[in-house]
Amino acid sequence: MADTLVAPHEAEHDPHLRHHFANADQQLDSATLGMWTFLITEVLFFGGMFTAYVIYRSLYHDAFAATSMVMNVPLGGINTGVLICSSLSMALAVRAAQLGQRKAQIISLLLTMFFGVVFLGVKAYEYHEKYIEHLIPGPNFQFPEAPQYFHNAQILFFLYFAMTGMHAVHMIIGLGLLTFLLIGAYRSKYGPTYFTPVEMIGLYWHFVDVVWIFLFPLLYLIGHTK
Amino acid sequence: MSTLTDNKHEVTHGHIPKVGTLVAVWATLIVLTFCTTAASYLELGEFNIVLAMAIALTKVSLVAWIFMGVRYSTSLTRLFCIAGLLWLVIMMIVTSSDYVSRGWQYQAQPWSHAASGGDSK
Amino acid sequence: MATLATRPTGYSDAPSEEEPLNYLNATHGWKSWLLTVDHKRIALLYLFSITLMFFMGGTFAILVRLHLTSPNGLFSPEVYNRLFSMHGIVMVFFFLVPSIPATLGNFLLPIMIGAKDLAFPRINLLSWYIYVLGAAFAIYAVARGGVDTGWTFYTPYSTTYSNSYVLAAAFGVFVAGFSSILTGLNFIVTVHKMRAPGMSWGRLPLFVWAHYATGLIQILGTPVVAIALVLVGMERVMHVGIFDPRVGGDPILFQHIFWFYSHPAVYIMILPGMGIISEVISCFSRKRVFGYDFIAASSMGIAVLGFLVWGHHMFITGESMYTGVVFSFLSFFVAVPSAVKVFNWMATMYKGSVTFDSPMLYAFAFIGLFTIGGLTGLYLSTLATNVTLHGTYFVVAHFHFVMVGGMVVAFLAGLHFWWPKITGRMYNEPWAKFAALLVFLGFNLTFLPQFILGYLGMPRRYSAYPPEFQTLNVLSSAGATVLGVAFIIPMIYLTYAWFFGPKVGKNPWEAKGLEWEVASPPITLNFEKTPTVTEEAYNYGPVEEVIG
Repeated sequence: MADTLVAPHEAEHDPHLRHHFANADQQLDSATLGMWTFLITEVLFFGGMFTAYVIYRSLYHDAFAATSMVMNVPLGGINTGVLICSSLSMALAVRAAQLGQRKAQIISLLLTMFFGVVFLGVKAYEYHEKYIEHLIPGPNFQFPEAPQYFHNAQILFFLYFAMTGMHAVHMIIGLGLLTFLLIGAYRSKYGPTYFTPVEMIGLYWHFVDVVWIFLFPLLYLIGHTK
Repeated sequence: MSTLTDNKHEVTHGHIPKVGTLVAVWATLIVLTFCTTAASYLELGEFNIVLAMAIALTKVSLVAWIFMGVRYSTSLTRLFCIAGLLWLVIMMIVTSSDYVSRGWQYQAQPWSHAASGGDSK
Repeated sequence: MATLATRPTGYSDAPSEEEPLNYLNATHGWKSWLLTVDHKRIALLYLFSITLMFFMGGTFAILVRLHLTSPNGLFSPEVYNRLFSMHGIVMVFFFLVPSIPATLGNFLLPIMIGAKDLAFPRINLLSWYIYVLGAAFAIYAVARGGVDTGWTFYTPYSTTYSNSYVLAAAFGVFVAGFSSILTGLNFIVTVHKMRAPGMSWGRLPLFVWAHYATGLIQILGTPVVAIALVLVGMERVMHVGIFDPRVGGDPILFQHIFWFYSHPAVYIMILPGMGIISEVISCFSRKRVFGYDFIAASSMGIAVLGFLVWGHHMFITGESMYTGVVFSFLSFFVAVPSAVKVFNWMATMYKGSVTFDSPMLYAFAFIGLFTIGGLTGLYLSTLATNVTLHGTYFVVAHFHFVMVGGMVVAFLAGLHFWWPKITGRMYNEPWAKFAALLVFLGFNLTFLPQFILGYLGMPRRYSAYPPEFQTLNVLSSAGATVLGVAFIIPMIYLTYAWFFGPKVGKNPWEAKGLEWEVASPPITLNFEKTPTVTEEAYNYGPVEEVIG
């Protein structure tokens, strides 16, 4: 709890301390709590789609399982690995900022962005694949592999595009945020006394990874055995 | 959290993870990804989804605990994490209860013996 | 200072020389307002835009009531559907949800806890711009003819069959939702991290507790309606989706996801109002709020329980009867914390020194009207009676009693109570009393007949009705006219007071609370020096008898 005493207004002012805060600790604590609160909203946001998924999977289990036949598991698996690597590089970037290591920050952030772009590229390829194979729900949808599930399979594919699409939007936003960090790191803005943006954006990036960790088994690995 | 101090160097958020720890978590996550992919090809019936979710939860816990720093966070942060997850679970379970129970048959019973024309009084 | 419960006869004790520096005159020019990060200026920006949206929504209401003066109406059914839908959308998402938190909450919360601003001032400003963007989309939808889906956007009508501007309206609501989320986020972090020394949780004004609980609901609920609207939008664009029965989708699932937010949303609307009532009743009874702990706990209880009752909107639309039983039981349960508040407010007034200044008149109205609204909610929570009452004017009357008779009345109470603090000027009290009375009369004339109409079976959202219902409908429409006038009157005298009203000092009401210890209007950083709190909240002295 912030039962902090008011600091006498220091002659040498911390340039990062905003005036409504009493001290840097309060500012960092607030930022951290604020980011976690925002991540909760993201949990509930994606959660609506996960709820729909849970309901429909229980209703149409066999149709959902049939869709695994046309999911590109290798690409999905690679993408999962790519995101995990990006989480590592992000964590290293935060660490580098905490230690004030400018070069390490820049390299880690660039790596993270690289992995993010790879992920999106693979995703774009997958979407294109789906488009060619007529797996986008709607008037052009075709599902010859299991025609008895023609209707219900569209529910899974709708959720696939909705969930991975929303996830991709968050990745793109994340890339924007990382660009902002990269510029800051280049200008040596972050160090042991101030690395809040790096840590906060790191939390966001890890969260986007967490969402994918759930999406991968739920969308790609449903029912190989069936 | 640390209270006000005049020492500027202590005004940091504290714990800096070791590179080794981060790499170990990364390696574990990669291995678990292989595990979950491989496991999906095993014929385990209902247990498939349980196993997949168990692995996913393990991975997420690692990411949250180490990468996101929940390990060193305040109890308030942890409370917020749990609350968010709890609310999602509430939404899923209560909504599911509708679908689970829609098909249940209701057999109307007379609510009293007398009403059904039972023993005379 | 006398401890007698009297009112100072003149309010002006501010210096008569040039005006001291305060948040209003500290900087000038449109940029200093549109790029401000001062929570007080942002509150005024919100007040301005929310008032505009209120009058837009109110215009739709007048048109609806005008249409309903005759059994076959004035407009075509298609137009009527759009009128009531836009009335609902604008009022719910662009007025009721943001109103008190974004205006009075923004203005007062930091001051009440002894802070210089909210935790994230720039995000506060961003939330206003996001609100304006959402409102722009809603206005665009209106200009293009509106939507006719009802404010609830039920599928499959909204996804498949409606020819109206669903995407624009849904997107406007989606965007406005983010404004709400950011406000709630800001309040939560502020209350946790920015309290002044000595301001423990147990000393927080109940207004702050109310806004904290509201913030929790905003955080946990709003994202869910956001995704519901995204899914509706996707289905509209792709011509198929998860709510489409043709592929095995369930329209009821939309209702689950939609009401998961939209029921707690009504608690977002009412909790801040209840916070205001606690402050007003305490001040005008010159007495500590009775059962402070219980009122604070009940705010949190409402926030939690409010998330567990959403299915009571769906008893007869197709959800399982067993789920309905559970929701019905929980809906009864959620009435308890609200009742706890009402009893505690009554106990606060008991043996207090009650005066009938205009804010207090609104508070009295609130207690009566909210109680009626809440009790009628119990009829609706009862499964058996819900079968007859769902989709009738009983429901319409119920929610207008709690939303207008409750929330809007509380908003007016708060606006009056804190207007001297916000503007540094006092408004005209006789006009205020008159307007309060007119609001009360107009409101009851509008909505009491609707309970009867609903009981008699008149369906809602229908553009025509049987001729035997005309008398009650005409009474209701007459009431709506009175109510409309009654809402305009405070706009006039409050605006007048802002520019020409007599100036006041720090504490014209002799109330307790940190906001009454700063200047009226406050300086930009609220406090010259961060206060240290040593008193409990509402530390009114013992009430002494008024002699003579």
